[in-house]
Amino acid sequence: MLNKKSLLSIFMLMVFVLGACGPATPAVTEINILWAQWDPADYLQQIANTYEKETGIKVNVIQEPWGSFGDRFFTEMAAGGDAWDMVVGDSQWLGQGATLGHYLDITDFLVDEGIDKTVTPATLSSYGEYPTGSGTYYAYPTEGDADGWAYRKDLFEDPAEMAAFKEQYGYDLAPPATYEQLRDIAKFFTRPDAGLYGLAIYTQADYDALTMGVENAFFSFGGQWQDENNNVIGVVNSPEAIAGVEFYRSLYECCQAPGLSNAFFAEVNDAFIGGKVAMAMNYFAFFPALVNPEVNPHAAGTGFFVNPAGPGGDQYAALGGQGMTIISYISPERQEASKAFIRWFAQESNQVEWGRVGGYTCNINVLGSDEFLNATPYNAAFAETMTFVKDFWNVPVFGELLLVAQTELGKYIVNGEGTAEEAMNAIAEQHDAILTEAGLKK
Amino acid sequence: MSSTSPSHPANRRRHLSDRAILNLFIWPTLILLIAMNIFPLFYSLYLSFTNYSAIARQIPVWIGFDNFSKILNDEQLWQYFAITGRYVLLSVGLQTILGFGMAMLVREKFRGSGLLTTLILVPMMLSPVVVGLFWKLMYNPTFGYVNFLLGLTNSSTAPDFLASSWAREFVPGLALTAVVVVDVWMWSPFVMLLVLSGLKAIPDYLYEAAAIDRASSWFQFWRITLPQVAPLLLIAVLFRTIEAIKSFDLVMGMTGGGPGSQTELIAVNLYRQAFQGQFRTGPASALAYIILIIIIAISNLYIRFLNQSRGDD
Repeated sequence: MLNKKSLLSIFMLMVFVLGACGPATPAVTEINILWAQWDPADYLQQIANTYEKETGIKVNVIQEPWGSFGDRFFTEMAAGGDAWDMVVGDSQWLGQGATLGHYLDITDFLVDEGIDKTVTPATLSSYGEYPTGSGTYYAYPTEGDADGWAYRKDLFEDPAEMAAFKEQYGYDLAPPATYEQLRDIAKFFTRPDAGLYGLAIYTQADYDALTMGVENAFFSFGGQWQDENNNVIGVVNSPEAIAGVEFYRSLYECCQAPGLSNAFFAEVNDAFIGGKVAMAMNYFAFFPALVNPEVNPHAAGTGFFVNPAGPGGDQYAALGGQGMTIISYISPERQEASKAFIRWFAQESNQVEWGRVGGYTCNINVLGSDEFLNATPYNAAFAETMTFVKDFWNVPVFGELLLVAQTELGKYIVNGEGTAEEAMNAIAEQHDAILTEAGLKK
Repeated sequence: MSSTSPSHPANRRRHLSDRAILNLFIWPTLILLIAMNIFPLFYSLYLSFTNYSAIARQIPVWIGFDNFSKILNDEQLWQYFAITGRYVLLSVGLQTILGFGMAMLVREKFRGSGLLTTLILVPMMLSPVVVGLFWKLMYNPTFGYVNFLLGLTNSSTAPDFLASSWAREFVPGLALTAVVVVDVWMWSPFVMLLVLSGLKAIPDYLYEAAAIDRASSWFQFWRITLPQVAPLLLIAVLFRTIEAIKSFDLVMGMTGGGPGSQTELIAVNLYRQAFQGQFRTGPASALAYIILIIIIAISNLYIRFLNQSRGDD
């Protein structure tokens, strides 16, 4: 028979064993993640349901419409709120989130656990690092995204079209490798009498659409928003930058479908689905609709290609997508629970699943796997694009810098006012003033 | 002593004094008014003199008139004010003429006049954002009704109103005009409604006396109808002017301020500064106060004119 001492020892042992085997953060039973209202947020909820089955911790993905996503998040943060444990926020928010103390520094966590090595360096830097190049991380790259192109394979592979194109331009009709080729093809398919136009590109004045669209040509022509010391004069208005902007204007002028003077992802997809354009530039996140035969009558004949190269061979794509960040105002227990979720989500098997349900993984191995590359017609282009993404400013004053770019680019590209040089000079001058006032020039 | 006597303590508790009832009705309303209107009004006035961002987690820093000075010296903002001015003039002017005309048309009763009046009033009952989005589709140069009804079906030569282009050539002001047309379509019925109530209130004996004096229709309109309706017409114009200066939802739904900044009304720009990743709360508050001062000044002019037309001065 066991005496009292033995019973107490067994009880203590059981408490210890159960404590060690139980969840890492037993006090936390629910995690709230804020994200924008779109399909990837639904996919994340799907993945998170598996997490609940495995750990018993319920994960709620709270979705806010895109139009008020930023407003809701930043006003809550201004109050030091803890309504959510994590946010899957825009890459451009990094500066504000980090410098204002909203985001938790997770450098040690990502590095010690080796999670930083599982994602492509470009995405880790773009979605998680602030300041750029500092090695300090605030987010786990969650939804990779960038601009790519959809095209009408049925038109491109039509023997009559191919022969006519070759005769007119002297080379084969195929997805373009350079921006010059892209413009040739766009001009070739611009046939107003047949209701067909070369392309659909971003032009919207609202928020960041036009600037993101322009960036594709701007970066690929050698343009930069800043040098290593955050100088902008002579950089934003460099000859390469001006040439890139001029080229984007030429695309809009020659080949943009009518009715797309205020176009973002929805309008671009609509034009493509409506059969109005031969090529459409859009974020990869919006391509699933184009391969859905219930939505797009040309779904079977839709192909995808990466952003072409500029005249110097540079090839870049404007970055979209978001990283998952832990809010600093939540309790240490909730922070640990959030880290546990990221640790679980970053596992390769879960990243495979994330890609399978429709998310755009940033995991190196998954991006390179045949399973992922062949899962959809656009995944191969996506995986390639994620190796050459570039972003706009992510400093705390990015909103002011963005408004200047939107205004000046809009005047030149959509209105046709002035020249590209005048537009870029105006941007450089105003950006310089904003950065100087913010003390961001080194 | 009866238990229901007015002097019984239980009755005194049941019957509140006039003063208590007055307080009961007034204070909840006053508290709401102070919390939702008066406090934000004065707090935003204070913020307009500060360098403050609603998302910065920093207390407002007093900078005096810097925000106002920057706004008043910002050429770009003056361009937006100029665009707003053109929009208000065109929009309110056309609404006044059309609204007055429609009121004259439906003034006399005829078969179906009630139904016609109701149908005319439908646009002003719709949500401006919904109206904006629908008209955006109707203006579409390839499948929209507008070009179809105008007989401009060749998309290479047809106008793209919201892109401010005609036959792919940029036409300054075309997008703004297209927005004005929608605003006129939506709000002329409002002017009509007010003018109609003024017309119905004109005593018949005035026209009978004029007819006896063999006054012409033009004379009757100019000397009886217009002066009698003028006070209500001016109120309609005043309301529409204030609303047009603040126009936001219709423009955001149709053009988002574009193409370029062709339809960037001042209220749209205020929204951009106050939200959309910027949260420049201090400067945005200052701009809001400048807009408020302009609206008060214009309203004062109207009210003076209104009083003059009533012969109060």
